[in-house]
Amino acid sequence: MYKIEAYLRPASLEKVQEALAGIGIAGLSVLEVRGFGRQRGHREVYRGAEYSVDFVPKIKVEVAVKEADKQPAIDAIVEASKTGQTGDGKVLVSAITEAVRVRTGETGDSAL
Amino acid sequence: MIKDRFFRAPIVAISALILAGATQVMGEDVTSLEGFQSMPLVYPKFMVDNLWVLIAAALVFVMHLGFATLETGLTRQKNTVNILFKNVFIVSVGIITYALTGFNTMYPGDFNGFISILGPIGFDDDVANLTSNYANYTYWTDFIFQAMFAATAATIVSGAVAERVKLASFMVYATILVAFFYPIAGSWKWGGGWLDGMGFYDFAGSSVVHAFGGFSALAAVLVLGARKGKYLPNGQIRPILGHSMPLAAMGVFLLWLGWFGFNGGSVLSADPAAVSLVFVTTSLAAAAGALSSIFTSMIYLKKPDISMALNGILAGLVGITAGADTVTWVGAILIGAIAGAIVVFAIVLIDRIRIDDPVGAISVHGICGVWGTIAVGIFSTNPEHSLVTQILGTLSYAAFAFVASLILALLIKSTLGIRVTEQEEDEGLDVAEHGQPAYADFQHITN
Repeated sequence: MYKIEAYLRPASLEKVQEALAGIGIAGLSVLEVRGFGRQRGHREVYRGAEYSVDFVPKIKVEVAVKEADKQPAIDAIVEASKTGQTGDGKVLVSAITEAVRVRTGETGDSAL
Repeated sequence: MIKDRFFRAPIVAISALILAGATQVMGEDVTSLEGFQSMPLVYPKFMVDNLWVLIAAALVFVMHLGFATLETGLTRQKNTVNILFKNVFIVSVGIITYALTGFNTMYPGDFNGFISILGPIGFDDDVANLTSNYANYTYWTDFIFQAMFAATAATIVSGAVAERVKLASFMVYATILVAFFYPIAGSWKWGGGWLDGMGFYDFAGSSVVHAFGGFSALAAVLVLGARKGKYLPNGQIRPILGHSMPLAAMGVFLLWLGWFGFNGGSVLSADPAAVSLVFVTTSLAAAAGALSSIFTSMIYLKKPDISMALNGILAGLVGITAGADTVTWVGAILIGAIAGAIVVFAIVLIDRIRIDDPVGAISVHGICGVWGTIAVGIFSTNPEHSLVTQILGTLSYAAFAFVASLILALLIKSTLGIRVTEQEEDEGLDVAEHGQPAYADFQHITN
């Protein structure tokens, strides 16, 4: 089991959701986050004075998948959210050691 | 067309008869309230005039809502309750003090032309105060219309000192400003004082209200200092973004609406020619101010900044206020357009010299108030208005407001203190001063 955490543009949420649903991934969480990457935010002008937006609004999509779904899910997210411009975001993958479905007590893959 | 003319002819004839009758009856002396009310044409005219000035007073009242939402929108959400609280206090204390001393101090009758502090409103003689012997409206109408104006001067200061002024200190400052400074300065022109005697012209208060408020704000901001984190030690200017452009936009549209009363009511009758001209000049100047600030900020700042466009509307409105009844429609557009350009440069310049005015009140009301007053000397259709007198008059208002406010602010600073602590400023005045966030249940991360 793997947890995929994808930091993406807010505008790409709908496409990512559809792409994951398209390969049969049931269930994801989305969080509103702020952050910066290599280009360290960007600059704007307010009432004639420049300021830097250090923390750019992003979304973080979290999804837990079975071993077999890991690569298809990563590919789906990357394909759905790629614009080719800086700020497209990152996908982080980590191993999950245990999963429990609260209602039934099922564990492992069947809990996902 | 023929049909139209057929129906119009009798109406024209009747109107002519009514007018002839009105002028005839106008000449009659009013000796009692009942006798006055039975005069067939004089009394209805009085009712219409009186009603219009009352409606105008209600429109000026709406401007206080406009100021409240504009100031709220252009500041951070952690200071919202504080801004709203100040606006509630100002309009309330403004009306009460105007009843206790302001009205009579501003309109003292025969006086030395400079200062005459008098007591509360009231009268004994109904015929002299509730009939056309008083004016085109009653004494009460006169009071409430002027009272609505009085509080606007202090409201202008509220936006400029936002986000770091100590609440109690501001309450003392605003009370003294609106109870004494504003009516004393107002008496110089509208009370028949020394500037009125020189032929100075300020129709609805570009100087009496706006330049006065703007320069009082400048003095207060200089004593108060900038918001924490606005000007960095390395010389860099860090803009502090307003938290709600929808509220700011709503405020400016409400102010435009209110200005129909501010300027339109200042005709002091429902005279069709004058009121309609004033509506036109007021709106043309506001529109020209908006367009001019939009294009100025797009070219000069390389950005279509909504807060600048909104300030442009206000700049045009403040600019036209001194001469709304005495310029042509073309003059109104020019006055508004120049004001709209001035305000963009003024806001940027004032920021560059490290005077922190979150809402642009010093530029909008102070600088554009001075411009509007001077503009009367340039664009007025009345040859008696002189450029030199206009400059002298508006500088007198700016100087008096600045010096008196500077002394007041320094006195408050040395006694009560004028600024909240750094910790309170960081936390936001809503929680620090009022113990109450404006948007409970919403968490907001700011840069």
